[in-house]
Amino acid sequence: GFAFAQSGSISGTVLDTKRESLPGVSVTVDGTTVGTATDMNGAFKLNSVSAGTHTITAKYIGYTTLIKTVTVTAGQTTNVEFLLTAESQSLNEVVVIGYGTQQKKELTGSITSISSKDFQKGTITSPEQLINGKLPGVQIVSGGGQPGAGSEIRIRAGASLNASNAPLIVVDNVPLNNESIPGVANPLTLINPNDIENFTVLKDANATAIYGSRASNGVILITTKKGGSGKPQINVTSQNSIATVARKVNNLSAAEVRDYVNANGTQAQKDLLGDANTDWQKEIFRNAFTTDNNVSVTGKKANTPYRLNIGYLNQDGILMRDNMNRVSGALTLSPKFLDNHLKIDLNLKGSYSRSTFANQGAIGSAIMFDPTQAVNAENKYGNYFEWTSGDVPNPNAPRNPVALIEQRDDKGRAARSFGNLQVDYTLPFLPELRANVNLGYDISRGQGTTVIPDFAAQNYATKGLRSRYMNDINNKVLEFFLAYKKDFKSINSNLDAIAGYGYYDNKRTNFAYASYQFDGTTAISNPVFPYDIPRSRLLSYYGRAIYTYAGKYILSGTVRTDGSSRFSPENRNRWGVFPSGAFTWRISEEPMLKSSNVLSDLKLRLSYGVTGQQDIGSLYSYLPNYAKSSNESQYQFGNEFYYMYAPLAYDKDIKWETTATSNIGLDFGFLNGRLAGKLDVFYKKTKDLLAVVNIPVGSNFSNQLLTNVGNMENKGVELELNGSIIKSKKLNWDMGFNFTYLQNKVTNLTLVDNPNYFQQAGSITGATGNFIQVHTAGKAPFSYYVYKQVYGTDGKPLEGVYEDLNGDGSITASDRYFYKSPAPKFLMGFSTSLNYQRWTLATVLRASLGNYMYDNVSSNLATRSNLLNPAGSINNAPVEFLNSGFTINQYNSDYFIRNASFLKMDNLSLSYNIGRYNFSANVQNVFVVSKYKGVDPEIFNGIDYTLYPRPRIYTLGVNVGF
Amino acid sequence: CAKDLNLKPTNDVTSDVVYATPAGYKGALAKVYGSFAQTGNSGAGSGDLGGIDAGTSDFFRLYFGAQELSTDEAVCAWLGDPGVSEIDQMTWSSTNLMLQGLYTRSIYQITLVNEFIRESTDAKLASRNITGNDAAEIKYYIAEARFLRAFQYWVLMDLYGNPPFITENDNIGKELPKQTTRAALFSYVESELKAVETLLKDPRTNEYGRADKAAAWALLARLYLNAQVYTGSERNADAITYANKVIGAGYTLHSQYKNLFLADNNVNNPETIFAIAYDGVKTQNYGGATYLINAAINAAMNPTSFGVPNGGWGGNRTRQNLPNKFTDASGATDKRAMFFGDKRNVDDLATFTDGLAVTKFKNITQSGATAPSVGGTFCSMDIPLFRLAEAYMIYAEATLRGGNGGSLATATSYFNNLRTRAYGNASGNVASISLNDILDERSREFYWEGQRRTDLVRFGKYTDASYLWPYKGGVKAGRGVETYRNLFPIPSTDIIANPNLKQNTGY
Repeated sequence: GFAFAQSGSISGTVLDTKRESLPGVSVTVDGTTVGTATDMNGAFKLNSVSAGTHTITAKYIGYTTLIKTVTVTAGQTTNVEFLLTAESQSLNEVVVIGYGTQQKKELTGSITSISSKDFQKGTITSPEQLINGKLPGVQIVSGGGQPGAGSEIRIRAGASLNASNAPLIVVDNVPLNNESIPGVANPLTLINPNDIENFTVLKDANATAIYGSRASNGVILITTKKGGSGKPQINVTSQNSIATVARKVNNLSAAEVRDYVNANGTQAQKDLLGDANTDWQKEIFRNAFTTDNNVSVTGKKANTPYRLNIGYLNQDGILMRDNMNRVSGALTLSPKFLDNHLKIDLNLKGSYSRSTFANQGAIGSAIMFDPTQAVNAENKYGNYFEWTSGDVPNPNAPRNPVALIEQRDDKGRAARSFGNLQVDYTLPFLPELRANVNLGYDISRGQGTTVIPDFAAQNYATKGLRSRYMNDINNKVLEFFLAYKKDFKSINSNLDAIAGYGYYDNKRTNFAYASYQFDGTTAISNPVFPYDIPRSRLLSYYGRAIYTYAGKYILSGTVRTDGSSRFSPENRNRWGVFPSGAFTWRISEEPMLKSSNVLSDLKLRLSYGVTGQQDIGSLYSYLPNYAKSSNESQYQFGNEFYYMYAPLAYDKDIKWETTATSNIGLDFGFLNGRLAGKLDVFYKKTKDLLAVVNIPVGSNFSNQLLTNVGNMENKGVELELNGSIIKSKKLNWDMGFNFTYLQNKVTNLTLVDNPNYFQQAGSITGATGNFIQVHTAGKAPFSYYVYKQVYGTDGKPLEGVYEDLNGDGSITASDRYFYKSPAPKFLMGFSTSLNYQRWTLATVLRASLGNYMYDNVSSNLATRSNLLNPAGSINNAPVEFLNSGFTINQYNSDYFIRNASFLKMDNLSLSYNIGRYNFSANVQNVFVVSKYKGVDPEIFNGIDYTLYPRPRIYTLGVNVGF
Repeated sequence: CAKDLNLKPTNDVTSDVVYATPAGYKGALAKVYGSFAQTGNSGAGSGDLGGIDAGTSDFFRLYFGAQELSTDEAVCAWLGDPGVSEIDQMTWSSTNLMLQGLYTRSIYQITLVNEFIRESTDAKLASRNITGNDAAEIKYYIAEARFLRAFQYWVLMDLYGNPPFITENDNIGKELPKQTTRAALFSYVESELKAVETLLKDPRTNEYGRADKAAAWALLARLYLNAQVYTGSERNADAITYANKVIGAGYTLHSQYKNLFLADNNVNNPETIFAIAYDGVKTQNYGGATYLINAAINAAMNPTSFGVPNGGWGGNRTRQNLPNKFTDASGATDKRAMFFGDKRNVDDLATFTDGLAVTKFKNITQSGATAPSVGGTFCSMDIPLFRLAEAYMIYAEATLRGGNGGSLATATSYFNNLRTRAYGNASGNVASISLNDILDERSREFYWEGQRRTDLVRFGKYTDASYLWPYKGGVKAGRGVETYRNLFPIPSTDIIANPNLKQNTGY
């Protein structure tokens, strides 16, 4: 009626200077209540705008707010386009820090963040992979190519040996407890990467010490996507991919095995040869399909911005039968009341995953299984060819790889929900003061079953298997803090302070079930206890003050005191205090530089602080406890069997390990942020290192004990550079580069000083009880401990001939020496994106230099005794065998320590944007350049044995916004 | 709120709970005994000790390595396993993992005994209201625990000479144990055994698996027989005295030698005085009997006939010296010759079929049934640590060595008792015996039971060039090695961890 006749509409798009659409931009008509937010494609429409001239404001965090004058004609739609310019290297961008936010330009700690537009692209099912290679000082190594495989994440190389080295992960202010959930490969995959808006990594002590005893290994803050500011925007994405085997172990062909056995084997061994020509790796791997779909609705209803996302992922693994599917939901409500004095944030996430786990034992079996045998044979083992001895499967031969997979049914499911309710109240009579309450939870249940039929060779001895497992996790967080922020104009100062309290309760219930033979009634093992409830608690008080003078001198201090249930109350070890301090000087604000056209930002950061580590792996190791033995470990007196009560080794004095970190940082920007970067130099020293060490035998109920011993130091340099090489209306070219230098060294590891001391670390596959890595003073953790190989004139290793390094005339365990380590010296990441009109081409490359690998595949399988297995089978060997020709295994030779430096192209993507549609094509794991000859040079612990190969993935994606 | 930080484990308990009842005491005693039958508390893969593979950390498995693999009787093909090659060839150093493991296992059991004794004082029993028969039975437990401690100190004295020394008076913590000497340890073991010989139950009156007076006597006899080695002075008369006590305690030789080493050797066995008890279902472990049986056979030997249908690890076999001790190694005349294979000579250490396999130990019962076992690998045979036959041999040897109180005629008849059983008749009997006959007869009677190294040391043949076996000293023909190798080194890990310790001479 009347109103309609008097009004018109405004529609348009908001783009950045690269003409890429900007979603979520707030567009409002000044002086009215009319407003909306742009959709995924940057489009917006404002209806019922009264005819006449209006001022329209487009506002987006990190961009300069733009105001345009628009004339609206009744009954018509006026088009308008906003081109927002990113603020000078986003200096005003707000960065989350622990318990608060800070403008980027005023950050005092070493903090780096990355938002969704810069994430790695393609088929990514676990959140941490989004930022791989993107940030200096952060190393992320996935466990392999299994759907949803977990990763090892290290920030500045980690500060511990036997305590956890994983960073603290905080999602929307809820610290997650870093523990596994059975039934899913990796608990982080229960967070839908699609829900994530931003990662912020806190590295130096000034940034992390507010998290006290959980901060020694850095903190990752994850912020999830929040509600919009207008009408509902619906966004649908679908990514579909094919994963293929990128590389297999290079082993002998059937013909080569046949020739070798015929030339070298006994008659009995020749008789074992088959007529087939089977590539066992080909038999167990496949091309695997993944579909990942998300629908989200964002908007604002009344005073409540909201976002709802539903995701569905179905991912096949390249190993036959491997599958994971996940349904996830996320709801965010952020209402404001009382004239914005009361803000409520409600974040709820839930997911449910079902997995079929392929038997990964098949990977090793496929490498060593005789290629002259056919997959199938008529027999009682389900008609799969198997090596036998007499009437049973030969216990000393590998099992048929295909049967290993087909005859094992291993299913898991996991449900997880986490979230929080955060209430933030600004006092009306004292607007500088806020009170904030945060109630968070993280609950999950993982469960699964394994069934193996009684005729399957893999469990023939126990007549099959029926087993199940179930674990519940129930973690709670309560936090309360007061925040005070005030400008003192008269003294040109600003103060930003908080003080708070935290209560964290982590409870896990591990249920124990009997396992049965396939018949389901004959028990193989029975648990003594029906369940176990490991539990830990942490109480904390914390505070922070940031004082800024004249906008350029910033002093910051934090302190946190934590009490942990893991330590004894009877001495002073239970509570720890973790302080930090920092000074920042915004040099570019000084008058002589302020007017510079070239230098747009220059800032010096100095910080020092102490953090702790309480995640020592053990919950009650200060208590002198007795453990009751299992049903399998009883002792017989007379005709009765008795459960054994064993006293456990304990250390009543166990306490925190503490890490002191010094950091010098320089932030810089040129040409209004077109070239910007950060340089950080750090030095970390951990004392009271928690390590399992040899103790005087007879002094406790074991010969080894987890105790506070020794020191470790950690130093490094990090550089981050971002630049816009070309910046124009049609053509844009951006580059990002990061570089990390790390040096990590154990400086002491003994209760008594002795340079010959070492502690065994990495154990290997092959024979019994072999280890290849040690911790020792003066070397990097996990240094290889090996014999020095002697080579012949032909350059080939002489079997069993090593240098007599201690010169005692014989080769004994005392001749081993420390040689290299799996830790890289240098890490580099390179990202670039080239945009021309609607097309964008982007890639991410990653390099690691100075990391060494123990080739356990070759050391275990490339021998004559493996090929001509005296236990009654013919086995295959890697082609390495043709070089060494070893008769028997030489596990501890440095011959198998190989340089595994590499350059990888993680990602190559091309996308095309047309209005509300965005199409993309993507390849992941494009290529690897390395001297290392195994399947993959990137294995976290530096011991290469039957890695689940990381596939090459081809993805097509579409994104539609309404 | 700070009280919220006092959390306790769900299933583990404190000592007060364990020792609140007589049943709890028995559970703690089960661990004191069970720690040399098992590697850990929660199944075959679990380990009480660190720095060593759990399965390898078993007492008898490691003891076999030190006492048998280092001698003419046995050799192991698993050269890839830490320490094996050095033991096979007598080239060990103080970093040898097997020697470290055995040392650690023995002392671990001693710490358990000490703890048990600390918790069993009269005052503690009274405070827990344990009285009467219950308290009396616990007194026996204490005596048995002390016997086990004396046994492990004897092992340490015999193999390592000068180990650290701890008793119930040393508390748990980071304090450094002090080192003792071989001679001081001899006196301690002797005094402990003499103290408990009156406190233990009478021979053959205790429950199966628990030590009685005869066990203490048997160890005393063995201790005295070797006194010359330990202290430089012979105690042969005392050896005879205690051998006689054992012989007079009511034990008789088992009618069939082979039945001593079967899965049901815990029943109807008149000969075994004290054994480590294993069970394929309830006492699972990758050492002990499971190791002894599985490592001795391979897939080609029909593991099913040994009661381990899914076993057969193909590791240990004899060097030619052992079958050569038998005039007929086929088993047709001397039935103790239980071998398999056709190649006596060990030309290649890594080849299991170089050297004869030993078929003496089986996981089947006298009636031929396979003992119940999870997975067809774990074994139920018990390993005898002391049996009557040894008392006969100690008597004979101590007499030949001039010990007072022995008669040569009795010695010869005891010797012939073993041969008569072995041959099934008197055809193998001898008219007279020499010390050399004793050593060879011990080899035939006790091979692979963990006695060989001690015997060779006592006879001066362990390191000496006068008696060789293949790969002794690291060369195929064999050679003499340094005399300091009569003792094993104190493990370097403990030398480093405990500055009170001094290394044995030579290492």
